[in-house]
Amino acid sequence: MLRVESVVKSFGGFKAVNGANLEVGAGEIVAVIGPNGAGKTTLFHLITGHLSPDSGRILFKDREIAGLSPHVLCRMGITRSFQVVNIFQRLTVFENVQIAVLSRERKTFRIFSAVQGMAAEEVHSILRNVGLYEQRDVESDLLSHGDQKVLEIAVALGGKPELLILDEPTAGMAPEETERCIRLIRKLSDEFGLTILFCEHDMGLVFEIAKRIMVMVRGGTVVQGSREEVRRNREVQDAYLGEAGEC
Amino acid sequence: MKKTHVAFFLLLAALCSLPLFLPRFYTYIAAIVLLTALLATSLNLAIGYGGIYQFHHAVFYGIGAYGTALMLTRTPMPAALGLLVGPLASALLSLVMGVICIRLSKLYFGMLQISLGSLVWATVYRWYSFTGGDDGIHGIPLPDRIATPDGAYYYTLAVTALCFFAMHRIVGSPFGKALQGIRDNPVRSSAIGVHVKAHQLVALVIAGFFGGVAGSLFVVVNNSVFPDMMFWTFSLEVLIMCLLGGMYTFFGPLAGASILVLLRVFVSVYTQYWSLLLGAILTLVIIFLPDGVLGYAVRRFRPVEGRRA
Repeated sequence: MLRVESVVKSFGGFKAVNGANLEVGAGEIVAVIGPNGAGKTTLFHLITGHLSPDSGRILFKDREIAGLSPHVLCRMGITRSFQVVNIFQRLTVFENVQIAVLSRERKTFRIFSAVQGMAAEEVHSILRNVGLYEQRDVESDLLSHGDQKVLEIAVALGGKPELLILDEPTAGMAPEETERCIRLIRKLSDEFGLTILFCEHDMGLVFEIAKRIMVMVRGGTVVQGSREEVRRNREVQDAYLGEAGEC
Repeated sequence: MKKTHVAFFLLLAALCSLPLFLPRFYTYIAAIVLLTALLATSLNLAIGYGGIYQFHHAVFYGIGAYGTALMLTRTPMPAALGLLVGPLASALLSLVMGVICIRLSKLYFGMLQISLGSLVWATVYRWYSFTGGDDGIHGIPLPDRIATPDGAYYYTLAVTALCFFAMHRIVGSPFGKALQGIRDNPVRSSAIGVHVKAHQLVALVIAGFFGGVAGSLFVVVNNSVFPDMMFWTFSLEVLIMCLLGGMYTFFGPLAGASILVLLRVFVSVYTQYWSLLLGAILTLVIIFLPDGVLGYAVRRFRPVEGRRA
């Protein structure tokens, strides 16, 4: 479904992403791992159009998408959540997801129809699925951090994506919140058939839910393969053991 | 019927009865309050709901007024057309300036808008043969029905109420929600498929149009126009009205505009340093009521919901 081929992106003289390769098949859960500063978030920014690559190709359903803007990519079926909580703070939980749904239905230029109750059914079902239904009328600013991260995902779901990209979905979460997040990601994959690409620092989580794993070090792809292949890979062990020593 | 609706109709009824017992001067002031409130609310569409740094909103007010005034004095067209042409001219100018400025964000947008707006002001200020230069245009002929003080007041009230209704609809529309989303988080908005700049541009045109309507009302109420209406300091005043009343409430700017206009009328009787008092009040509001006067009231009396917009 998604193929990234030797993509390069540099900022000034620094090559943040340097020859990254990635392949995500339809319905898969794929994880990108790597030490801090390996370029994972930059790679995601490149895929979702927030940055455009200096060279290399990014293909979504066999179409070149490098350099397209985020709202165009969203309409093609790629949506994402962010590492740092990125929601509409002054709006309620319901409204946060509602905007995403209305945007997908291309209704955001309707100036005189009343928004109240629009798309309510779909928004409610998304909120029930992620477990935020009870808090639907709470201003999102007032949610706990864990709930905000879940809302992050709920907003992305409003776009009915085919490919959902999650940038560190559990960052800063308490253990029981992480547990809930894992269940949610599983559910999205099993019940809704979403293709999910995510990056994460929590190795337990990665090896628990990802079917395939891509390892990035210093901007480049070291290996991509099944859990076992990655676990056995010498270079990965070096990179991680070395990194663990420094931390 | 909701409580807010009842309050709204009571307010409307009270406003309708004002000329029955108020002296002529105060009827005039009431009309100025109404059209200034419309101006401030139109600015708030851009800045409070859209998060766009519309720093020179008075230009659209001025162009609305001049457009109307020039149509009424220099063409034989029916007055109704003149009253419509002003706001349309504002909307058009807003579109042109918007297209130029929108590529910049936040403060840079605001700075460029001030520059372009000042250019418009300078043109109006200098072009004696067409705009009357710094003298402005006086004694603008109006249809008999709205030429009397009471007529002008009722016309202003009707148009203002209509515009408030329309703006309220816009704020509560899918477009309005998307706009608030952009205000809160433009990056996320684009990630969920919203074309940020296109929405902002539409918001600017709408804000410019309603600002222009306020300008055309000024022609009706005051019978004259002058370039000071679109000087940048006045833009600042309108901005203060939004801050004072509360940018994240729909009726906040109305409250702010009423406070500011009335303060100027009543305090300037005693001292020419009325802006000193305004400065003091504004400082206190910013420190103690960061959500503005009305924003505070909303929070105070609806703490459970905790809703701001």
